[in-house]
Amino acid sequence: MSIGGAEVLPSGGGGLEFLDMGGDIAAQSPLQLFWRRFRQDRVALASGGFIIFLIVLAIAAPLVVKGLGLPSPYTENPNLTDSFGSPLGPTAAHPFGVDQLGEDVMSRVIYGTRVSLEVGILGTGIAAVIGVVLGLIAGFYRGWVDTLLSRFTDVVLSIPILVLGLGIGAACAVRGCLKGSIQPGLGEILFIIALANWTYMYRIVRGLVLSLREREFVDASRALGASDARIMFREILPNLVAPIIVYSSLLIPSNILLEAALSFLGVGVRPPTASWGQMIASATPIFNTAWWYMAFPGIALLLTVLAFNLLGDGLQDALNPRTTR
Amino acid sequence: MSPLVEVRDLVKHFPITKGIVFQRRVGAVQAVDGVSFDIEPGETLGIVGETGCGKSTTARLIMRLLEPTSGRVSFEGEDITHLKGSRLKAVRREMQMIFQDPYSSLNPRKTIGSIIGEPFAIHGLEKGEGERKRAVQELMETVGLNPEHYNRYPHEFSGGQRQRIGVARALALKPKLLIADEPVSALDVSIQAQVLNLLRDLQREFGLTVVFIAHDLSVVRHMCDRVAVMYLGKIVEIGPGDALYGFPRHPYTGALLSAVPVADPSHHGQARRLLSGDVPSPANPPSACRFHTRCPKAQELCSTREPLLEEMDSGTRAACHFPLTREEVGEIGVRSAG
Repeated sequence: MSIGGAEVLPSGGGGLEFLDMGGDIAAQSPLQLFWRRFRQDRVALASGGFIIFLIVLAIAAPLVVKGLGLPSPYTENPNLTDSFGSPLGPTAAHPFGVDQLGEDVMSRVIYGTRVSLEVGILGTGIAAVIGVVLGLIAGFYRGWVDTLLSRFTDVVLSIPILVLGLGIGAACAVRGCLKGSIQPGLGEILFIIALANWTYMYRIVRGLVLSLREREFVDASRALGASDARIMFREILPNLVAPIIVYSSLLIPSNILLEAALSFLGVGVRPPTASWGQMIASATPIFNTAWWYMAFPGIALLLTVLAFNLLGDGLQDALNPRTTR
Repeated sequence: MSPLVEVRDLVKHFPITKGIVFQRRVGAVQAVDGVSFDIEPGETLGIVGETGCGKSTTARLIMRLLEPTSGRVSFEGEDITHLKGSRLKAVRREMQMIFQDPYSSLNPRKTIGSIIGEPFAIHGLEKGEGERKRAVQELMETVGLNPEHYNRYPHEFSGGQRQRIGVARALALKPKLLIADEPVSALDVSIQAQVLNLLRDLQREFGLTVVFIAHDLSVVRHMCDRVAVMYLGKIVEIGPGDALYGFPRHPYTGALLSAVPVADPSHHGQARRLLSGDVPSPANPPSACRFHTRCPKAQELCSTREPLLEEMDSGTRAACHFPLTREEVGEIGVRSAG
């Protein structure tokens, strides 16, 4: 390599010449380094591709449904059930079959992507913002602020989240709660998810901030006159980007599952809006005669959660190259 | 001329606490315990001492990175010990610090350009994009870095180069006072000289007042006009470099100088005064003169009455009841040629 050669060559003018040594080696930003490692992880790359496909599918759901020649997910068609009221199985016109109301399952699965991604990404986003901000504050100021926030976190962590979800679901079912800020449906689910998950992000961020604040670059910044907020958000936060991204990408699938579980239990997204969890729930009583109604939303849920988990692992490996599996 | 910085009776005790939920104080590490000195404009003051003697704590107290337990720090006649907010920010433009560890003192997630440009961003100077870039690249050139490396990250630089980045950042605001906290002790010996010479050149160029903290006596001799020797949170001797190195009066200074290695084989075998034992714990320092437990000249008085800094006829001020005599200094092999 050229670097090795440069060191062997006698340098006439003393030490300063070495400073120019790397002139022709392209500088690499952390992003480039990350991409170079990530690119080699085929599984994570495929998962990322699948997730992008899902996002496109969710955004373009009406177009996709129309393009495939499927009926809209809300079109009930009694002609598609037999004389006992059992739905028809997969056919060319309805590849995933229909449900008891004669609604097209494939079309509903496609629309269900919207709910899952919205809840997964938005819910995780809200939880992450709350957790990161509180974690930064607690880790940075320590003392009684930290004690207070950390004990509060312990309290929140001890709440059984499904039970709370059912409770909120029952209480807010009709008119919403907190003067309408928690609406029945999606709002309810986002609230529960944010409440349940910010604590994990908080703990991770707080721990990292406690160690980062002792680094000398924080002192250097303070000596320059930087405010606390500047040190927290401009100096410390950039060092937390990798763990936050990794942890968020692992929180998304668990939130999608939580949404499915809550919808299965009848809290949150209500018919006719299509949600995978709620479809699985209404498929339960007729599973013996109509397997497709449960199978397809189930497969969609499984693949989505799997893809996010694998992507999270891949991000973890690419962002923290020193950790070995 | 009035001093640039006045430090009076500066004290910093770090509490030692026990318990997890309900913490109670069980003691205090007396990191700095009653330190007073002046820094004259334009001079280089060296602070030397063993690890844990309070050198860095003193620097951080002057910089207001730590809150003193008691005492006072004045900068240009203004008491800055309790300044807050924008007043403190204004004073911070005037004094800057170079840190010991060139690896942890640069934010690994920021480019060199934004690290050196940070002081401008904080104080709202050099506002335009191009203007700031030009100012930063000028600084990079001043400290001997290639300005084209503007967009690189700290991990792409060697220790010596990183320390130059730290110097550039400290100089960005054109401070009056520069505190260098062991700026070369983390560097290779071959690189140390480069960084030291850079600091000297910059001091002349910018007319800086420098506080230079080190545990390497020959480095301090090379750099400083005046030297303060610290032991367990107190200054034991302070004075002009020539006087202090030529005729140390405090037995601790004598022992330190005696331990400096000499690159001359003919000196082999000459008597040295080596200290026995370890530095006592700063959480529980010896009474009165803190050095009496290890001092070869200690007498009963040393453990009952604390010596104060007193003017010596040799030009330094030393805190000792029984200062070294010229004969003793000769015996322990202090080489004034150093």
